Amino acid sequence: MRLLDSLWTEWKIALRFLLDNRLQTLLIVFGIAVGSAVIVFITALITGLQANVIERTLGTQSHIRILPPDEANRVLPAADGALTLLLESPRAQRLRSISNWQDVRDVLDQDAQVLAVSPVISGPALARRGVARASVALVGIDPQRYQRIIPLAEELVAGELRVGAGDAVIGTELARDLGLGVGDKLRLDAGEGREAVVDIAGIFELGVRELDERYVYLDLKQAQTLLDLPGGVTVIDTTVAQIFEADRIARRLARLTGLRTESWMDTNGQLLNALSSQSMTTEMIRVFVGISVAFGIASVLAVSVVQRTREIGILRAMGSPRQQILRVFLIQGGLLGLLGSACGGGVGWGLVQVFNLLGPRLFYIPVDPTLVPLAMLVATVTGVLAAALPARRAAHYDPAVAIRYV
Amino acid sequence: MSEPIMPDPREVLRLEGVRKSFNLGTPLESEVLHGIDLRLCAGELTALIGPSGSGKSTLLNVIGLLDPPSAGELYLLGRPTRMVDDEMRTRLRNEAIGFVFQFHHLISAFSVLDNVLMPLMIRHGKPSAAEIDLARSLLDEVGLAAYADKKPTQISGGQQQRVAIARALVTRPPLLLADEPTGNLDTRTAQSVFELFHRINAQFGCAVLVVTHDPRLAANCARTVQLVDGQIVSDALNSPLDGQTPPPN
Repeated sequence: MRLLDSLWTEWKIALRFLLDNRLQTLLIVFGIAVGSAVIVFITALITGLQANVIERTLGTQSHIRILPPDEANRVLPAADGALTLLLESPRAQRLRSISNWQDVRDVLDQDAQVLAVSPVISGPALARRGVARASVALVGIDPQRYQRIIPLAEELVAGELRVGAGDAVIGTELARDLGLGVGDKLRLDAGEGREAVVDIAGIFELGVRELDERYVYLDLKQAQTLLDLPGGVTVIDTTVAQIFEADRIARRLARLTGLRTESWMDTNGQLLNALSSQSMTTEMIRVFVGISVAFGIASVLAVSVVQRTREIGILRAMGSPRQQILRVFLIQGGLLGLLGSACGGGVGWGLVQVFNLLGPRLFYIPVDPTLVPLAMLVATVTGVLAAALPARRAAHYDPAVAIRYV
Repeated sequence: MSEPIMPDPREVLRLEGVRKSFNLGTPLESEVLHGIDLRLCAGELTALIGPSGSGKSTLLNVIGLLDPPSAGELYLLGRPTRMVDDEMRTRLRNEAIGFVFQFHHLISAFSVLDNVLMPLMIRHGKPSAAEIDLARSLLDEVGLAAYADKKPTQISGGQQQRVAIARALVTRPPLLLADEPTGNLDTRTAQSVFELFHRINAQFGCAVLVVTHDPRLAANCARTVQLVDGQIVSDALNSPLDGQTPPPN
């Protein structure tokens, strides 16, 4: 209570000092505002851009794929003392089912970090219509489960998501290549005489050429029959809540299941690399803008301390403790930071809205509601820290000398 | 520590062999005050006179606890002060001493009323209604009640000095120090400011020490202390026949 009462005086003096020197205050507030606006805008922009890129990337793939272990040659151990010369040719990886995949699925369903689990069987085939042929990937899914990994129904441009009983869903590119529309028939040839004719029930567009050109969605049963893996699945797709923990979770799931796992971070190394370089660049811009704002505040207050030498002397002579003088200037630094960043935060936020409305409309930038308050908090703390040196100097003025300063 | 050595209830300030040197321990060391003994009592109005460079301001800084003496002891309200730390000196300045400086030294960013209240704000934050009333009555006392909300830059030098006096009195200090309070004012204004000191001295009963180099003003005080080359050369009571009422007892 006593501290609060005493802070009242510091507030009052700090505010009066700032208001008394209006032009100086306005100029530095403007400077801080520009800095904060840049920080807020660039942070929102880059965060938005990255979220967008990640969303697009992960919108068409699972976060962690669980695969059967690779087949490897087993080398018999050599007898003691015998020298073994080994010529090994790696084994071809045939399409194999995950053994006991139902159990694995059930275990994953219970896992707290895993959001969705979808067993999938996928393998190569040829699609034929008349004389036209295209190489495709058959993907057998359980639509309900698969929907939670990739919201296929939302990406349909024609027809509906219906994959059972002789129905298939294909991508727009494939439909165009083969001249297919909803209701048309398509012959699928998975080799070794396993063929089926399916009806096109729906056409999707995921926006990734590779997928739109090659994916043919069937139900599990049809795909199992075509790929000659009755009752089997080749992949279990999963999503997780914390996407940037995916590689760590993938390693844990590998240990848990004894299977091979692949996270989106493994398969998108370049993307992650680009994103992290971008983050680092943004971080550097933020740090340097922050530093220049801090120096701005410090230099304005340093000037102010000199300008107010005599007044500081009077306050000290009237019994103002060093700590009080110190706090007066720290509060000024904090206030400048707060005021400048409030203006700048508003401007930065406005810039983002303008970008969203009038920009190239490549993507929408959402502004995290905590961004501006956070920027203000950081700027205020920076202001207080920047004020530390001038404030210390003011607090250590000798009142007998300061009071005679002209 | 706070036991008064000489239990005179009227004694406000006592200096015993106070010396002040600058640049101690360097080749430039110079002693400005050479052993000052001085005693000020409540209700006394004392003028401190002396030529320029005699050490008046230095003495005032020492008495005002702005500068510690190099040797000797200064008792304020019976308590020795030479060895106390900066924090304590600062508190004593706020509680026991009122300052009036030559150049008024108001804080231009604050209104006249806030300037008067400043020592109280420094002490405990937001002033109470009673304290604001006190400040207003002090402004009334110095004839500036109507200027309470003006800025110091909007009033004349004489008025500023009277605001400074009101400010020095707002804490009801037992000791009021004034450093050439009229040095910057024309004769008539100076005279009226000086009369104000008399009135305050009579009314508030505090010990008042006024540094001046105007012999006519000094003659108006009950007591004149003359400082030459850092030593007190005379300390005399003026005759009350000089047209002034003697300090009340």
